[in-house]
Amino acid sequence: MFESLTERLQEVFDQLAGRGKLTEDDVDKAMREVRMALLEADVNLKVAKDFIARVKARAVGAEVTKNLNPAQQVVKIVHEELIATLGEAGRLNLSGPSPRVIMMVGLQGSGKTTTAAKLALHLRRQNKRPYLIAADTYRPAAVDQLVTLAKQISVPYWEEGITVAPPEIVRHGLQAARDADASVVIVDTAGRLQIDESMMAELAAIKALADPAEILLVADAMTGQEAVRIAEGFDTQLDITGLVLTKVDGDARGGAAISMRAVTGVPIKFLATGEKLDALEVFHPDRLASRILGMGDILSLIEKAEQTFDAREAEKLQRKMLRNEFTLEDFRQQMQQVKRLGPIGQLLDMIPGVGRLTKDVDMSEAELQFKKIEAIINSMTARERRDPRLLNASRKRRVAQGSGTTVQDVNMLLKQFRQMQNMMQQIGKGRLPKIPGMFG
Amino acid sequence: MESLRKGLQRTRQSFFGRIAQTLGTTEIDEDTWDEIEGLLIQADVGVDTTVKLVGRVRSRVSREGLIKQAQVQRALKEELRGLLDDPPPLNLSGRDLSVIFIVGVNGSGKTTSIGKMAYRLKNAGRNPMIAAGDTFRAAAIEQLQLWGERAGVPVVAGLPNSDPGAVVYDAAQAARSRGHDLLIVDTAGRLHTKFNLMQELTKIRSVIGKVIPDAPHETLLVLDGTTGQNALSQARHFQEAVNVTGAVVTKLDSTAKGGMVFAIYQELKLPVHYIGVGEGITDLLFFNPDQFVDSLFDENGRS
Ligand SMILES: Nc1nc2c(ncn2[C@@H]2O[C@H](COP(=O)(O)OP(=O)(O)O)[C@@H](O)[C@H]2O)c(=O)[nH]1
Ligand SMILES: [Mg+2]
Repeated sequence: MFESLTERLQEVFDQLAGRGKLTEDDVDKAMREVRMALLEADVNLKVAKDFIARVKARAVGAEVTKNLNPAQQVVKIVHEELIATLGEAGRLNLSGPSPRVIMMVGLQGSGKTTTAAKLALHLRRQNKRPYLIAADTYRPAAVDQLVTLAKQISVPYWEEGITVAPPEIVRHGLQAARDADASVVIVDTAGRLQIDESMMAELAAIKALADPAEILLVADAMTGQEAVRIAEGFDTQLDITGLVLTKVDGDARGGAAISMRAVTGVPIKFLATGEKLDALEVFHPDRLASRILGMGDILSLIEKAEQTFDAREAEKLQRKMLRNEFTLEDFRQQMQQVKRLGPIGQLLDMIPGVGRLTKDVDMSEAELQFKKIEAIINSMTARERRDPRLLNASRKRRVAQGSGTTVQDVNMLLKQFRQMQNMMQQIGKGRLPKIPGMFG
Repeated sequence: MESLRKGLQRTRQSFFGRIAQTLGTTEIDEDTWDEIEGLLIQADVGVDTTVKLVGRVRSRVSREGLIKQAQVQRALKEELRGLLDDPPPLNLSGRDLSVIFIVGVNGSGKTTSIGKMAYRLKNAGRNPMIAAGDTFRAAAIEQLQLWGERAGVPVVAGLPNSDPGAVVYDAAQAARSRGHDLLIVDTAGRLHTKFNLMQELTKIRSVIGKVIPDAPHETLLVLDGTTGQNALSQARHFQEAVNVTGAVVTKLDSTAKGGMVFAIYQELKLPVHYIGVGEGITDLLFFNPDQFVDSLFDENGRS
């Protein structure tokens, strides 16, 4: 989601690169651009100003003494300040007597209910015993929504329809959770505006009786300048303990994250990255800052891959690769695994340097390409997949026809496959291709 | 009118109220312009539009020799108003059955707005039907059915996770055979960057056209009023996928300013037809640009 801010900063620093020392004028120019980029990214105006001031103070003082190229120096400072602003890696604090309570709060439509279910799944995968309470009695069918999700992930829940007052529901739900020996209770509450006094009082009442270990403000990553007022409003009235940013899989520049973190001082704990219930990622400030700066998010990619890939399969594949026994059949299987990771565009953005290169590439085009390759391999016989050298002109024509492509397409694929085999051989010999990175 | 005030009051006081103050009490200097710029930015008007707007007011100030604060305020107001046109009437008459197709990202307020819209149009003498095209989100069908009950409007629904195209097809047939003159089609929320989901939307749209020639007659994008600059990206993508004809901006009862409306109209000429100012069935108002801009400036709420 942070691509655009990334691009903007990179442009600024490309302009600065290749020139001698950074003058205060240069720094000013860079900071103006950074400020614009931050504002376009929906970073709150005041937050952006403070941020720029901190970066500038350090940039002007630091450049003369250090050996780094001035542009690198500025990037480094911006990066460090971003990490500082985004704050420490978010961890749930669930110490204390069981069951611990997590309250989900936020504006209408920010994604509380879905996130509550995702969190339950996340906790269960950590061998906790989650329990869900449906305390949104206002939005039509909100209770049904939570119940449906709870059933989907087989997590026990408490609901009492919509005629009981939410604090009462929570009281009963907590008792039920204790009886069920739950270790973490997640309370879903109705969306509300931070300026709605009676609705905010209801949350305070729930807080008073549930004594939550965590009050998580769930906010839409697409939120504009309003983010600051939302975060301040919920924080002053409830003392929130963490932020969850949702819809991060869109293309919002995500300045809301920086703003809300800056005004509340509470950590960002999770990023919600899709509609599927496992699309919840633990927040890492260094990764996010790196991503903002176009340094990629290779760690997230690896983590995601680890979760998705069958570990044994991966190992087998790796052995094959190193022994150069990798066939088109393996290639196809690997593609299927990659597909399970999510849309290609999203994956490419996580790789250092690539986010920028693929800026103009139509991702739908990439997906189509993907399908094409699959169709071609599918049209080959098992023997051909194992040994593509069998593919003479007439076989190629047959494959092209069978897959609805052209002989040219087939040739292209075979060429790419050979290149890949070459690369793997090199990796096998310990010569890793260099990945372009910012400080590489 | 009371509702509009309720919805816009905070905006007025916290934002344009401050501009009015700035312009009303001090002499114009660089700080004044900075302040105006800052305030526009904080209203989500966006960097580009703000820079253009302030530039235009600045040149008017020097060209027309404006010196009085009130004159500058009027110029700013005129320039803001100049960025919008009166929305054309909704294209919903002159045929037996008209169709409104509702699209937008997750949680923007589509289903709620449909409930309000159906109620409003029914009260205006129409005979609407609603199609439950969101078969994906858990309990989305139940939510829409409850809104249908509230509005007293029938809802055609299929099974959860069934093909939305099929549901919409059935609904279009049903609306025609049962003599309804209006069909409002709900769809599942989707991020505009998801290629497959946007393709699905294009398909649903064409299904409607197969049953009812020329339909949908209005395709409304529902935008969350608290959204920042991403709203423009949403509008671009949805317009490309399903030829959006207008917008509904929700949640303007919040402290959000809805300033992205200016950029969206400037770039895509998408008129805003309705604004949402609450969760009640009557909390949907026609968007009136005069009132919108005027009320933004009017601290007493009298316009
Ligand atoms: N305060 C306020 N809330 C709204 C408005 N419109 C919709 N909502 C709320 O926003 C949330 C999401 O709305 P919904 O219609 O389910 O969105 P959908 O996912 O786009 O169909 C619900 O809690 C609605 O009650 C509005 O104008 N003002
Ligand atoms: Mg909906």
